[in-house]
Amino acid sequence: MTVTSVVKDVDRLELRLVCDFEAAPDRVWQVWADPRRLERWWGPPEWPATFLDHDLRTGGRARYVMTGPDGTKAGGWWRFTAVDAPRTIELEDGFADDSGEPDDSLPVAHVRVTLEDAGAGTRMTVVTRYPTLDELEKVVAMGMVEGMTLAAGQIDAVLADL
Amino acid sequence: MVVDQDRRTALDPDEVDRVFAALADATRRDILVRVLHEEQSVSALARRYDMSFAAVQKHVAVLARAALVHKRKQGREQIVSGDVETVRAAGRLLDALEEVWRGRVDRIAELLALDPEEDRT
Repeated sequence: MTVTSVVKDVDRLELRLVCDFEAAPDRVWQVWADPRRLERWWGPPEWPATFLDHDLRTGGRARYVMTGPDGTKAGGWWRFTAVDAPRTIELEDGFADDSGEPDDSLPVAHVRVTLEDAGAGTRMTVVTRYPTLDELEKVVAMGMVEGMTLAAGQIDAVLADL
Repeated sequence: MVVDQDRRTALDPDEVDRVFAALADATRRDILVRVLHEEQSVSALARRYDMSFAAVQKHVAVLARAALVHKRKQGREQIVSGDVETVRAAGRLLDALEEVWRGRVDRIAELLALDPEEDRT
């Protein structure tokens, strides 16, 4: 199993996910550092992400747009608050319009990514935190909509095989 | 409080069907995201889409039957607001976020498992 543990802390509004990869930290770092690699995993298969900007350094920003099966676009932005290659990335993740311009009225998540040596591989810890319950509810609700889309697509695939 | 993984949903199967059916349409998902963010009148929503007022009203009705949104009258306007409780009950707080990250982690693992030859830096 890749995912080693998941801890949800409702009081701290935090999701802590620990996972192990069979690759050295330098290679795992590249999946964050190289926007072309990022695009292959950040969005779900039905909602691939395209990174318009990606400036991975403290104070740098990234903009991305995810495109749904029917062409609907959902934008997002990151602001890197701390970057220490190949160990730590701290970023703020927010919503944007379809051109990737930040929508400041929507909640912002704080994400901390840590890479550690683990034998021949790498342990990655991702902590996602929201400042208030309202914001968490809103983001989870919106995330659910995307999650449901994904699940609905999977149901279609199953039905097609019958 | 630390909650461990729990796959239960608070919706019964009929409700889940209605929620899935309601969310199967891109316009309805878009309407839901908008009204979760901020309540809006049906006419304000209708202005955003290339479809008739009646068509938008139908979409809102499907969302309302799934209890994903609520409608109330305000003068001549119908105001639509999102029901965070229902959306949350459909998967419970943080579960959706976990699913999003599990998907990402699987995709990273696949990417890393590819021949390192492909690793151009």
